[in-house]
Amino acid sequence: MSTMIPEPIPAVMIDDDVEPDRPRPRYGDGGPRRRRAMGTAGIGSRPGFLIYGLLAAFIIGGAYPLWWSVVVGSGTNATRGETLPLLPGGNFFANAAKVLDAIPFWLALGNSIIISAVITVSVVTFSTLAGYAFAKLRFRGRDGLMVFVIATMAIPTQLGIIPLFMVMRELGWTGTIGAVIVPTLVTAFGVFFMRQYLVDVIPDELIEAARVDGANQIRTFFNVALPAARPAMAILGLFTFMMAWTDYLWPLIVLSPTNPTLQTALSQLQSGYYVDYSVVLTGAVLATIPLLVLFVIAGKQLISGIMQGAVKG
Amino acid sequence: MTTTIRPPASGSTGTQRRTAASVPLTFRQRLSRFDVKASPYFYVSPFFILFALVGLFPLGYTLVVSMHEWDLLKGQGPFVGFENFVEILGDSMFWNSIGNTISIFLLSSIPQLTIALIVAYLLDQGLRAPTFWRMSVLLPYIVTPVAVAIIFSSAFNEADGLVNNILNIFGIADQEWKHDTFLSHIAIATMVNFRWTGYNALILLAAMQSVPRDLYESAAIDGAGAVRRFFSITIPSIRPTLIFVIITATIGGLQIFTEPRLFDVSTAGGIGGSDRQFQTTVLFMWELAFFRRDFGEAAAVAWLLFLLIVGFGLINFLISRRIATGGDKPDRRTRRARERATRGGAA
Repeated sequence: MSTMIPEPIPAVMIDDDVEPDRPRPRYGDGGPRRRRAMGTAGIGSRPGFLIYGLLAAFIIGGAYPLWWSVVVGSGTNATRGETLPLLPGGNFFANAAKVLDAIPFWLALGNSIIISAVITVSVVTFSTLAGYAFAKLRFRGRDGLMVFVIATMAIPTQLGIIPLFMVMRELGWTGTIGAVIVPTLVTAFGVFFMRQYLVDVIPDELIEAARVDGANQIRTFFNVALPAARPAMAILGLFTFMMAWTDYLWPLIVLSPTNPTLQTALSQLQSGYYVDYSVVLTGAVLATIPLLVLFVIAGKQLISGIMQGAVKG
Repeated sequence: MTTTIRPPASGSTGTQRRTAASVPLTFRQRLSRFDVKASPYFYVSPFFILFALVGLFPLGYTLVVSMHEWDLLKGQGPFVGFENFVEILGDSMFWNSIGNTISIFLLSSIPQLTIALIVAYLLDQGLRAPTFWRMSVLLPYIVTPVAVAIIFSSAFNEADGLVNNILNIFGIADQEWKHDTFLSHIAIATMVNFRWTGYNALILLAAMQSVPRDLYESAAIDGAGAVRRFFSITIPSIRPTLIFVIITATIGGLQIFTEPRLFDVSTAGGIGGSDRQFQTTVLFMWELAFFRRDFGEAAAVAWLLFLLIVGFGLINFLISRRIATGGDKPDRRTRRARERATRGGAA
């Protein structure tokens, strides 16, 4: 199994955009990194209109489906039939009211927030603890256990949903959000991610020094490891939140339509015999807003997290 | 126990401490030693205990279920050995789902990686306002798969959807995006590509940025054009990342569920099309377990899919290693060392 993991991409460059308060030269800002900002096409020259044009075309292609759903969502069902509609209509709030009628939107939103928040806190906490132990502490069996973590990263645990469903039913948890939360309280990826980060970031001398100063292990963890781990914890938290928020298969199986997550509720909009697409697309827009807000606040962290390379949500 | 803090040694003189070392350990010292030895296990155990319960046990128990008659409602039936596997392997719907999965996977991963490479290359050209461009490229990623499926299901509507409207502008007649097998695969692959292309482009961009620029400069001096530089320097240099992206795309692509589940729900009931023309394997497993209530066979499908994913991952790993030829080992090692040096110098 471990052969399936490509050579681990080192968790370098992690510090790049994570701490906005630290003044640091960025690519293309001049400074010592200016050399890297230069393109590969025209060595030493600025990129031309062709580059910007191609990129803009790609971005418009990605943004138009979203904009289109705003336009249709704010129009009527007839708007969808128009060729390439560009301007939104005035029915958005009327359609939004229909969405709130059709599905328990606020309940679903609350459920999604609770589920994603609990999973995020749990994954980040346990991953940081385990990642720190694997990166900086010596104990018997460490290397073997780490290989185990890496091997399990490639195992698609979703394939265990049938026994998981049986367990949840035995426990009487089906239909409750606890059943959604418990299976993803830890991820092997989180442990691997934190370990890769902490192994480079905390100097061994610092831990030695803490011990010499009389700090016990847990105190060393809180006073030395935790402050150093914070940037990586933010990124891991962001991705875990995204993963929990977007999950569909497991909530669909284990929750009932009366107590849904945002994703399962949204999918119900489409399942009626007659589908009013302006309402359905309004629902899609409403469900996108929370992540859009997250993206505006933490987009930079998201990007630097992805660009560390080893992340796949 | 972990809250006990050893008193700082500053009060005691050197001689006192030396004598203390020769006498048997005090309670506090023993506690401290225990602390050092046991703490790591306390730190890693929550992960391993929880993972064993919710990750490994279900996967292993799937094998047990797959060897029994097992009904969703009636529960465990008699032990049947590999009969469920035989049944599934002889089921044309299983092979249909495998074919659909692989077709959708290829239609999504190949264009996606190609475009992601191009976009990454464009982003690597020293643009002004790089953060703006990177965020714009990533925008589709924040649309959840369910919302993506809903949006595109509507856009690919056969009667008056956006896609057919656009095709009509160019004089192309309406296409049967939901009924035709191949076209429905394209539609579903489009949803996957929409969400993941920009994401993968950013991963590849990160790899491209760590290629030392003087390599390009010397190649340019030697007369290599932009295309030649891209294929002879960029691609081999980002090989590990490329393999990583390909393998994660494989693991994810073979488990595709949300998009086919929500494509054309109103007429096909969410099982992957009226003739199962876009039913993927996870969707098939889901139908078996929760519609046909046959947990035994569904568990067998889960295990077969697991083997398929591992197999595909290995094949991809071998192929992509061969395709992206980046020279022999020592070459790479020197390159890495150079990368590290560059990074160290920049930081």
